[in-house]
Amino acid sequence: MMQLFDIIASAGLWAAILRIATPLIFGTLGALLCERAGVLNLGIEGIMTFAAMIGWLSVYHGADLWTGLLIAAVAGGVFGLLHAGLTVTLGLSQHVSGLGVTLFASSFSYYVFRLIVPLANTPPTIVPFQPIAIPGLSTLPFIGPAFFTQTAPTYLAITIALLMAYIIFRTPVGLAIRMTGENPHAAEAQGVNPMKVRYGAVIAGSALMGMGGAFLTLSAFNSFFPTMVQGRGWICIALVVFASWRPGRALFGALLFAFFDAFQLRLQTALSGLVPYQLFLMTPYILSIAALAVMARRARVPQALMQPYRRGER
Amino acid sequence: MRFERREHRPLYLLIVTPVIAVIAALALSGILISIAGAPVFDAYWRILTSAFGSRLSATETLTRATPLMLTGLAAAVAFRARLWNIGAEGQFYLGAIAVAAASSKLLGNLPAPILIPLLLLVGAIAGMVLILIPLWLRLRFSVDEVVTSLLLNFIAVLFVSMLIDGILKDPLAFGWPQSQSVSDHAMLPKLVARSRLHIGFAIAIGLAIIVHFVQSRTVFGMQSRAAGLNPGGAVFAGVPLGKTLVKVACLSGGLAGLAGAIEVMGVKGYVTTDLSPGFGYAGIVVAMLANLNPLGVVFAAIFTATMFVGADGMSRGLGIPTYIADVTVALSLLTMLIALFFTQYRIRR
Repeated sequence: MMQLFDIIASAGLWAAILRIATPLIFGTLGALLCERAGVLNLGIEGIMTFAAMIGWLSVYHGADLWTGLLIAAVAGGVFGLLHAGLTVTLGLSQHVSGLGVTLFASSFSYYVFRLIVPLANTPPTIVPFQPIAIPGLSTLPFIGPAFFTQTAPTYLAITIALLMAYIIFRTPVGLAIRMTGENPHAAEAQGVNPMKVRYGAVIAGSALMGMGGAFLTLSAFNSFFPTMVQGRGWICIALVVFASWRPGRALFGALLFAFFDAFQLRLQTALSGLVPYQLFLMTPYILSIAALAVMARRARVPQALMQPYRRGER
Repeated sequence: MRFERREHRPLYLLIVTPVIAVIAALALSGILISIAGAPVFDAYWRILTSAFGSRLSATETLTRATPLMLTGLAAAVAFRARLWNIGAEGQFYLGAIAVAAASSKLLGNLPAPILIPLLLLVGAIAGMVLILIPLWLRLRFSVDEVVTSLLLNFIAVLFVSMLIDGILKDPLAFGWPQSQSVSDHAMLPKLVARSRLHIGFAIAIGLAIIVHFVQSRTVFGMQSRAAGLNPGGAVFAGVPLGKTLVKVACLSGGLAGLAGAIEVMGVKGYVTTDLSPGFGYAGIVVAMLANLNPLGVVFAAIFTATMFVGADGMSRGLGIPTYIADVTVALSLLTMLIALFFTQYRIRR
């Protein structure tokens, strides 16, 4: 019992939560933006993998960290363009197209990585984003080291979450996105071009997914290895449902999820030898499934999600 | 540019489509190969000869195609009913570990003619059990099964890892996490002497024919197709949607579980967490390349296995990363999607 308390009371746990949550925040917001416009993007796992690779590779070859992050976002956007072409223009099955993008993007990243970086015992590394202590706030007891000494992309992720909540619910652009996701025919009658909105949302959303992937190689770790995304993309898709397609709740959901993840990591060390470690590793996936089961019925799905839009066809 | 739905689909298009898609995918991967600085036609020639150039390599390719046929069938039957079973990888592992457990803990002493069919059944049932979770979540809580069946893949592999690190661990494996071996008489008989090609290959082809027959000639086949084409209309026409989906799921999960069982009993003899180099995911591509046709799955699986086995040989010869095989396979899924679109629509100016 005391052990549990010690874990929760340590600033290290809370600092870890924000770090673990950051790729999930980016990914969930990206998936959320696509789905708000009516497009399910199962390319996320592959997009995150490719962006993690290309971001790392650019920095390894001399680009600075922000350029690496930008390149990762652009790469994500390019895969988004591919997914949009298949699902919006051609109206193909969003499930199958997304899986195709994931399979292609991940195998393509391994191919490119192996082509450029030959096999070595110790993987080559870069200098990642360093924690920034926010003046004033970071000296606060407990809260300071936990919340205000993160790397820059973490602050960026939180800012984007708040910004996206504002855009979706308070601006004409947000209204157009929501209408396209609910009823593209009605949106078109109001002078909105559903095709353009969907293209924009999928490209921008995929760029955010890319930034989530790049966080892994440019901030959380300093090297790239093929299995590093480890299902985080799929967890983001589950978190979108958990968040009922609302950016604020997506931020909260990612933090809650990261809390459990950081907690189980520490519990694992505390209980090592007593319980098989695999049980702990299973928890994030079990939690995602549980979150889906609890929230799926209450959540209001964008009505036109997964429905291709064709002018004049119903 | 606008698209117009074709009134009827000419037969030649349906046959030519997969060929065009594969050629397009090969051409695109050719660009990647030439960027890597290797001669493209030489590379493809080496893939072909490495996969079929000798008796050994040909049997090896067909051995590799066996689990792909089964996971491909698993995806094809499910997708046809719009049941998005992306969990074949996990079902594969559960089928494999169930066989290892049953053979080493319960049934190992039975004679081969009884033991082998019994173990295959155990593997299939293990796969079914795993897919019933996402199906239950869909029917009860209306949770999309794509994400749940995917997440279960991770859980299943960790579960297998736990067992082969614990109660099923082989004490003779020098500390490596590896399951106890299945007994010798649980191993599937060879189809070709002095090779790894086993009777599972014939079983897979037999099952493809049976599934084709079931889908085209039985009430269940008709109902599962109706459930996929138009769920609302199917219910209106009196198709029991829930029951049909349960049957489809059992068939799909059973086939994937069987793939795991057959891989253990035909090739390895024991389970490790790298038993499958992504057979479950490759099965999705196989099914799509076959346009969800069970007989087409046989050919699509052989194509995919050719790429994987051949790329190894090509990689050694030319120094191209073997991942080019995965890239080509994934690209052929995307080109096939586009090609299929043009069997249904034409461009109108």
